[in-house]
Amino acid sequence: MQFGIFTVGDVTTDPTTGRTPGEGERIKAMVTIAKHAEEVGLDVFATGEHHNPPFVPSSPTTMLGYLAAQTERLVLSTSTTLITTNDPVKIAEDFAMLQHLADGRVDLMMGRGNTGPVYPWFGRDIRDGIALAVENYDLLHRLWREDVVSWEGRFRTPLQGFTSTPRPLDGVPPFVWHGSIRSPEIAEQAAYYGDGFFANHIFWPTYHFQRLIDLYRQRYEHYGHGRADQAVVGLGGQVFIRPSSQDAVREFRPYFDHAPVYGYGPSLEEFTSQTPLTVGSPQEVIEKTLTFREHFGDYQRQLFLADHAGLPLKTVLEQLDELGAVVQVLRRELDARRPADVPDAPTHASLLAARDAEATAVLAAGEDAADLVGASGEGVRR
Amino acid sequence: MTRPTVVVITAGLSQPSSTRLLGERLAAALDTALGERGAAPEIEVVELREHARDLTNQLLTGFASTGLGDLVERVRRADALVAVTPIFSASYSGLFKMFFDLLPTDTLVGRPTLIAATAGSARHSLALEHALRPLFAYLRAVVVPTAVFAASEDWASAGALDERVARAAGELAALIRPGHALPPAAHGLHGRPAPDDEVVPFAQLLAAGRG
Repeated sequence: MQFGIFTVGDVTTDPTTGRTPGEGERIKAMVTIAKHAEEVGLDVFATGEHHNPPFVPSSPTTMLGYLAAQTERLVLSTSTTLITTNDPVKIAEDFAMLQHLADGRVDLMMGRGNTGPVYPWFGRDIRDGIALAVENYDLLHRLWREDVVSWEGRFRTPLQGFTSTPRPLDGVPPFVWHGSIRSPEIAEQAAYYGDGFFANHIFWPTYHFQRLIDLYRQRYEHYGHGRADQAVVGLGGQVFIRPSSQDAVREFRPYFDHAPVYGYGPSLEEFTSQTPLTVGSPQEVIEKTLTFREHFGDYQRQLFLADHAGLPLKTVLEQLDELGAVVQVLRRELDARRPADVPDAPTHASLLAARDAEATAVLAAGEDAADLVGASGEGVRR
Repeated sequence: MTRPTVVVITAGLSQPSSTRLLGERLAAALDTALGERGAAPEIEVVELREHARDLTNQLLTGFASTGLGDLVERVRRADALVAVTPIFSASYSGLFKMFFDLLPTDTLVGRPTLIAATAGSARHSLALEHALRPLFAYLRAVVVPTAVFAASEDWASAGALDERVARAAGELAALIRPGHALPPAAHGLHGRPAPDDEVVPFAQLLAAGRG
């Protein structure tokens, strides 16, 4: 089981002080937060990609490349990479480059973006959103797996004998998650390729995401990647933790009341009862997070939103300290509950080992076949 | 025979409001008109006022509270709709519009619907024709020809209002066919239908791009 944090990278005024950080300050704060995530024992840091204020992270591989040099164990990821408006050729190259620099500590999550206008900013049309996600990812998938690609599609110029460079580290493409909050087509896409499916369910009730994740699991099995309960699922979460529940609620309420997305709407109490948001003691966070497994089955990755709504850096770092302790318990509890044949989230090391094991098996099968046909005097071509 | 179900949506603000009163008059007339056709309807009168906070919350968060979700489900299953609003600034009230903005797409397609409104002066009466009727045309509901408008003075001389109420109720009763085909379920985000288990196979999604 992997635990980590994901960030939107919003620049938001702290409603308790009226202070707004500058862009540079926010970018550096994201780096500090990521490094501290590793220090407290978290496994993953994922950054969003946005091209509009008040968000700063427009260039994820730049930030993740810097973080690769500043960290040792942390898996560097995205939440999400825009498969609709980025050129798949550039995604293939950027993330293969990052794999080499980070010694394989890289995966990424495909998404379609948070705002309609982002499409025309990159010469696309939002009405093609799903079609772009399907075609672009199909090309990206090939560019990482075939050394020489000839390709033709609807949305970009054709490729003739093209090799994206550098080639993926050890010839193993980074693991891909597909993130969606409402599109069954994306759950289907993740299932088709045997990729991971990430449901960022932090802003909405559970019932909505149960159907999407069930669909993904059934189709994962349908496409022969394993049993439905072995499909690779990631979930979002949102917590604010203090040793005492009352302190957590008192401190977080002004941030909640003014937050982007849900601020000025439901009360903190209504929202925590209807969504995964937990504001309270470590024990309350542990209990609520353990319910996710009951709703969605055994899953592989849990990311928390920790730095948003104008929370100051000092508070976010304290939250990571609390989260580090909470995750130790969650890791133990969830690992104990998970059956032995439900896999962990794929990493570069596990994908490399699986690839080598498969090559050995193919080789062994080939030799058996050669023995058989050798007896009948026919050759076999490998 | 299946009992026809009717939901009366009223957007009156004061309690009691003349808008609710008009809704109840229409409900009673509809009960009579359906009774004459041998049907015993289940008619529910809903005050949107009670859902005002949930409506605002859903606009901001994209998901319905349990109470509002249940109401939308009852509207989805109803055989007919009566929609009554006060006229504010030459149109339906904001509260009234919020509810219909948040109904999932296609919820009212083909639904027999009666529109009605209240205001302080008869000078607002055409708001039914230039504001409500186009709204329900957009939602593809089947709106009966008679729209019922009640100004303050109509409550004093009940005769003409009674006649319009009875005529509109009769028109609606004539359209009600219990057991209509249900529109898509209402549990998606932002009023969209939730994903169902029927999915377009990926090969087809890929082929669509290549075609």
